Amino acid sequence: MHIKEEVSERHVLTLTVDNEAGTLARIAGMFTSRGYNIDSLTVADISEDHATSRITIVTKGPPPVIDQIIAQCERLVPVHKVTDLTEAGPHVERELALVKVSGAGDQRVEAMRLADIYRARVIDATVNSFIFEITGGPDKIDTFVTLMREVGLVEVGRTGIVGLMRGSGAS
Amino acid sequence: MPEKSGAEILIDCLLEQGVDTVFGYPGGAVLPIYDALFQQKKIRHVLVRHEAGAAHAAEGYARSTGKPGVVLVTSGPGATNAVTGIADAFLDSIPLVVLTGQVATTLIGSDAFQEADTVGITRHCSKHNYLVKDPADLAATVREAFTIATKGRPGPVVIDIPKNVQVATAPTDVKGNSPNRFHPAREAEYAAINQAVELLAKAKAPILYTGGGVINSGPDASAALRELAELTGAPVTSTLMGLGAYPASSEAWLGMLGMHGTYEANMAMNQCDVMFCLGARFDDRITGRLDAFSPDSIKIHVDIDRSSINKTVRVDLPIVADVGTAIRQMIDIWKGRKVKPQPLTEWWSKIEGWRSVRCLNYPASKSEIMPQYAIERLYAATKDRAPIITTEVGQHQMWAAQHFHFDAPNKWLTSGGLGTMGYGLPAAVGAQMGNPDALVIDIAGEASIQMNIQEMGTATQYRLPIKIFILNNEWMGMVRQWQQLTYESRYSESYSDSLPDFVALAEAYGWKGIRCDDPAKLDDAIAEMLAYDGPVMFDCRVAKTANCFPMVPSGAAHTEMILHSDEVSGTMDDEAKALV
Repeated sequence: MHIKEEVSERHVLTLTVDNEAGTLARIAGMFTSRGYNIDSLTVADISEDHATSRITIVTKGPPPVIDQIIAQCERLVPVHKVTDLTEAGPHVERELALVKVSGAGDQRVEAMRLADIYRARVIDATVNSFIFEITGGPDKIDTFVTLMREVGLVEVGRTGIVGLMRGSGAS
Repeated sequence: MPEKSGAEILIDCLLEQGVDTVFGYPGGAVLPIYDALFQQKKIRHVLVRHEAGAAHAAEGYARSTGKPGVVLVTSGPGATNAVTGIADAFLDSIPLVVLTGQVATTLIGSDAFQEADTVGITRHCSKHNYLVKDPADLAATVREAFTIATKGRPGPVVIDIPKNVQVATAPTDVKGNSPNRFHPAREAEYAAINQAVELLAKAKAPILYTGGGVINSGPDASAALRELAELTGAPVTSTLMGLGAYPASSEAWLGMLGMHGTYEANMAMNQCDVMFCLGARFDDRITGRLDAFSPDSIKIHVDIDRSSINKTVRVDLPIVADVGTAIRQMIDIWKGRKVKPQPLTEWWSKIEGWRSVRCLNYPASKSEIMPQYAIERLYAATKDRAPIITTEVGQHQMWAAQHFHFDAPNKWLTSGGLGTMGYGLPAAVGAQMGNPDALVIDIAGEASIQMNIQEMGTATQYRLPIKIFILNNEWMGMVRQWQQLTYESRYSESYSDSLPDFVALAEAYGWKGIRCDDPAKLDDAIAEMLAYDGPVMFDCRVAKTANCFPMVPSGAAHTEMILHSDEVSGTMDDEAKALV
């Protein structure tokens, strides 16, 4: 007998949650305890009184599993609202990455040139290294990081994505 | 402003919630609370013998009274011992508020004596949990905890209280102004209820499939269910957890469904055209093989928990609402429009055909007590007293579900979802505390009973006249049955060796002990048990290798039930073995 896997879809969920101890553990742990995937997760306080946080989770699963994930998130007491941006319609996704490269001569020039094309900013420089800051959709950052491997990539830090619905409404 | 200690505030809050009984066990990290308990008279504390017993006793109390059960245990091992009961209450949706002591906030994280990360450990087996770091937060926390435990889909809520928070003081002027962020919807949307009425009215082969949610919804939900069954003329079946919500003595009752359900209930589920699921959750013990589960029916599902809907079985009409409220809404529409259901004569004659299989029949014996016979005789001797029955987990539990019949809710307390051996005795303790005049019987197996047997001491201490009726076949019977069915009778570690002398054990605890192995003497022995005004342990020696049938084997469809032992094959393919 072999274990079967089903075809998965990528979904971006945003959660409005109470900003209190344990909320992140509750949500992240629910994903592990029920066998759901987390591709990325971001969390930050978004309200003036620091009472509310917004969590953006990128997950993968077959459609019925995505539906269950949303229902299970909604079941948690500190979770007030769950929006599936992927289902909700047009939305923007952005991620920030810091990319360190090191090298000399042509390699260094090429890294700068590529960074310029991708609109990455230099936020640190030494005679043999740069740190670039780049924002964009996950695909753009993936491509940029792949290119940097050719020109002396040292390390990468990524925030994971945040997303909002397009237009004037709130998600 | 007057101040009180955290421990005193906690007691005040419990009183405010109407708590009169707490099941617990003291220890270092809850000493301030125990001291506050000592200095008051309104809350009874029931001293269990092991914290697992406290949690199950609170479950038994909650399930039999409809009120939340309250547990009080110390930090570290106190809390971890209670975890099984918390997980049990989570799966069976039993309202509990579990108060655990914790090391002082200044010591948290330092691997202090009796420190465990209770909030971390219970996070995913409780409905919600808290670590209270300031006595000023206690009142609001306790209030919210009781709301969360009891409203919506009930469940266990854990409040972890560090020792210094119990001692430190805070202003007491916090009454009633706590924000409540938990507001589950109760009423169903009109359009959905309307559609459900139309579907049921047009159905030619409807079935009402009910579960523990009907019992959790309160006695009125059971009353409403009876009315709905009468209006629609539909047959009724129930999960293990829902037994008693619909009277077993009614003509429309098909018996329990699922793995050890009746042939008529499972066949009717398979062949129905409209399935109306009320407060049940399509558990794998109910559905059998999912792709063969009731393939041609329209499915309506009422559940207060949105996550129960479409979890395993896709339904056509989901209704998120309190089941009792939703049934009442349906009845109002049905009566208001004077709906006439379809004639169900053909459907009922099909059902009669399945009933005539008499699937619960078993081979009779004059020389030994058949376990099914023992349950039948126990039922016959006690039914007029509307007993509260608790069980452990295994064959005895299924035989009790099949052969003991319930006409009222809150009389059947069993561990359904988690399947916890050792549940029955402490649950009986809790049920008897909550229902001092009721006849409370734990139907047990000789293996299960040993898992929390220490709670006999609790019953002795509080003079609880509970009865334990052990179907003693010297085997972990359900394990042995599965090994016979799926592993060619290789009985790996399923023999109950070195059993205690249960009669002598009973006497050691100050109980009465009775043993019976003769079917001819069984009625007299049961009468002797019932006549005794005190706790009794009944060692009922039954046929050793009887199997529990009917049975939908693992990975099979409802239509592939094993009815008798001669249909047992002795082996199974890997796909079936991998299913639980």
